[in-house]
Amino acid sequence: DIWSLYRNIPTPVARNEKASSELGYVGIDAILEQMRRKAMKQGFEFNIMVVGQSGLGKSTLMNTLFKSKVSRRSVKTTEEERIPKTIEIKSISHDIEEKGVRMKLTVIDTPGFGDQINNENCWQPIMKFINAQYEQYLQEEINIDRKKKIPDSRVHCCIYFIPPTGHCLRPIDIEFMRHLSKVVNIVPVIAKADTLTLEERDFFKQKVREDLRANEIDIYPQKEFDEDAEDRMINEKIREMIPFAVVGSDQEYQVNGKRLLGRKTRWGTVEVENTTHCEFAYLRDLLIRTHMQNIKDITSSIHYEMYRVRRLNENNMHPNGQPTIHANGVPEHEVLSNEM
Amino acid sequence: MVEEGEGARGVPLSGHVGFDSMPDQLVNKSVNHGFCFNILCVGETGLGKSTLMDTLFNTKFEGEPTQHNQPGVQLKSNTYELQESNVRLKLTVVNTVGFGDQINKEDSYKSIVEFIDTQFEAYLQEELKIKRTLHSYHDTRIHACLYFIAPTGHSLKSLDLVTMKKLDSKVNIIPIIAKSDAISKSELTKFKIKITSELVSNGVQIYQFPTDDETVAEINSTMNGHLPFAVVGSTEEVKIGNKMVRARQYPWGTVQVENENHCDFVKLREMLIRVNMEDLREQTHTRHYELYRRCKLEEMGFKDTDPDSKPFSLQETYEAKRNEFMGELQKKEEEMRQMFVQRVKEKEAELKEAEKELHEKFDRLKKLHQDEKKKLEDKKKSLDDELNGFKQKKTAAELLQAQTQQAGSSATLKKDKERKK
Repeated sequence: DIWSLYRNIPTPVARNEKASSELGYVGIDAILEQMRRKAMKQGFEFNIMVVGQSGLGKSTLMNTLFKSKVSRRSVKTTEEERIPKTIEIKSISHDIEEKGVRMKLTVIDTPGFGDQINNENCWQPIMKFINAQYEQYLQEEINIDRKKKIPDSRVHCCIYFIPPTGHCLRPIDIEFMRHLSKVVNIVPVIAKADTLTLEERDFFKQKVREDLRANEIDIYPQKEFDEDAEDRMINEKIREMIPFAVVGSDQEYQVNGKRLLGRKTRWGTVEVENTTHCEFAYLRDLLIRTHMQNIKDITSSIHYEMYRVRRLNENNMHPNGQPTIHANGVPEHEVLSNEM
Repeated sequence: MVEEGEGARGVPLSGHVGFDSMPDQLVNKSVNHGFCFNILCVGETGLGKSTLMDTLFNTKFEGEPTQHNQPGVQLKSNTYELQESNVRLKLTVVNTVGFGDQINKEDSYKSIVEFIDTQFEAYLQEELKIKRTLHSYHDTRIHACLYFIAPTGHSLKSLDLVTMKKLDSKVNIIPIIAKSDAISKSELTKFKIKITSELVSNGVQIYQFPTDDETVAEINSTMNGHLPFAVVGSTEEVKIGNKMVRARQYPWGTVQVENENHCDFVKLREMLIRVNMEDLREQTHTRHYELYRRCKLEEMGFKDTDPDSKPFSLQETYEAKRNEFMGELQKKEEEMRQMFVQRVKEKEAELKEAEKELHEKFDRLKKLHQDEKKKLEDKKKSLDDELNGFKQKKTAAELLQAQTQQAGSSATLKKDKERKK
């Protein structure tokens, strides 16, 4: 009989026998288990971009977040460290697995950002790249004969590293976030936060939040995408903490008999995962443990859809060849573009 | 842009990261949104389609029994909101009313195919929209088609073969033997074998329960061997032992719906709902819908690469189509304008004609009037003449009378005078 077949399965598929034979039980809720199975089989994709001047600990933070050497720097150990003359966009992917859940993680690095003497329009190549991923997805989506599962290279999340000046956002920070927050989920973090005392940190955070508000920059989680009251409550708490003051490390030290990730200095050891020391754990929880799916959903159902609308309407506007602002966000001419 | 690590290499994790919660995150999102499941029941009248649905989902669906007096095959669709623990399901059950009732059944399958295509079309239209809301779209595409086979015990009817052949590339078909309590166990085995071999020899692709996931591979492949499921449906409850069970009570015994020795109802429920509901939805989307979409778009003239093997984007073709359409529209507009001008001309000519007629009529009438007038004048004149003549006579007569009177009166006066003397 049917129950004997179930006993041979390693993981439980149906409810236990008792519930199943209960009068009236249909088994609709078994679909959750079916979805879980499907997800485990297919695996997940996550594409995260890091933006910030060199030396702000971007690679280290990625390695700390994903507890392995996932950043470009870690892979290319022999190459000489040099600051590129223009902004480069470098993507590196790794397959990681945890408790049977497989993930293809792609870290997109942007060396050269903010490192030049003249950083005008430094946001443009990044905007172009992000839109190029949307374009690639769109092209595949509108194919007649299309793949069963369209490979997703769209940037789900962009971590923007703010140097710990302690004062306020710099013009380059505002420029970048103002333009990019319209096309991608931006999570700003205060890098190398162990150089700020708690008071300095709080003051800085407040100033940053004020600057963001004043410039109408919508960072993730965006207020307008809160789905319901419960969502809003959770997200408000997060919004009150942004930007997260983080410290990264891939070195373990012995603290109180435990081996912890940290940075050892003469005056003490900064524990990365200690929430009284820095906010790394909150960032990790947000990005990975609680909101990863939501981040991907906002990317696909809002940012991508907006790109698609712009792109499909593009052919209907300016039929007589007037200079258009392309959907990739950068104008034909070398003029600082207006927002679309 | 430089892409490194193309074939992503694996790296070990040195600690707990936490993305193992992703399946949970995904499931939570789905729970919040709710699920959609659409079943199509195809079968002749009286095979117990409605009853089986009631039994499967353990509820009484429709109020009144369906009317069976319409010509042709009608598809009646009903949507229900079901909930079990925290899962909300929007279930749509579509019934074929009047299937197999006609004398000539050649076109019976057509309305079914049309219905399925209509749902695909609706989804395709939404997908092609510029501003679209796919994540909140109510999916009406048919995820599973339960094909009810009459329990004759012999073989499939030609109507069944023809219909299933037309449907197998459009929907997941799960054939079931309806009212199977009419067949004995031995006959049932033979019947199932006959049906399966007929399906195979006619190239009918029925839905196979997936065996690629090791968790369910065994149960699914076993169940595949039990197709078509011999089912019995019932919403009546009978006391067996000390439990109330759903059953059909006969004088010679009771058929228990959920007893696997009596019928395959439990197997059907397991496969359809508890194990493969998600796969049925996925197959519908990734296989049947994609096929429909590909055919439809090719039909409309879109192609992925043109003969010069230059990649044509749908967008460019869309643009070309749009121009073509605008051109056609303009042409039609021009035609209409010409027709309008023509019509106006014609009408003008008509009116001119009418005007001319009116003038002529007017002239005629005028002349008539003048003639009449003249006649009347003549008459008047003659009457006047008469009158004058009469007057003259009258005056003459009066004069004569007056003269006579005067003579008479003077004579009288003379007489009087003479008397007086």
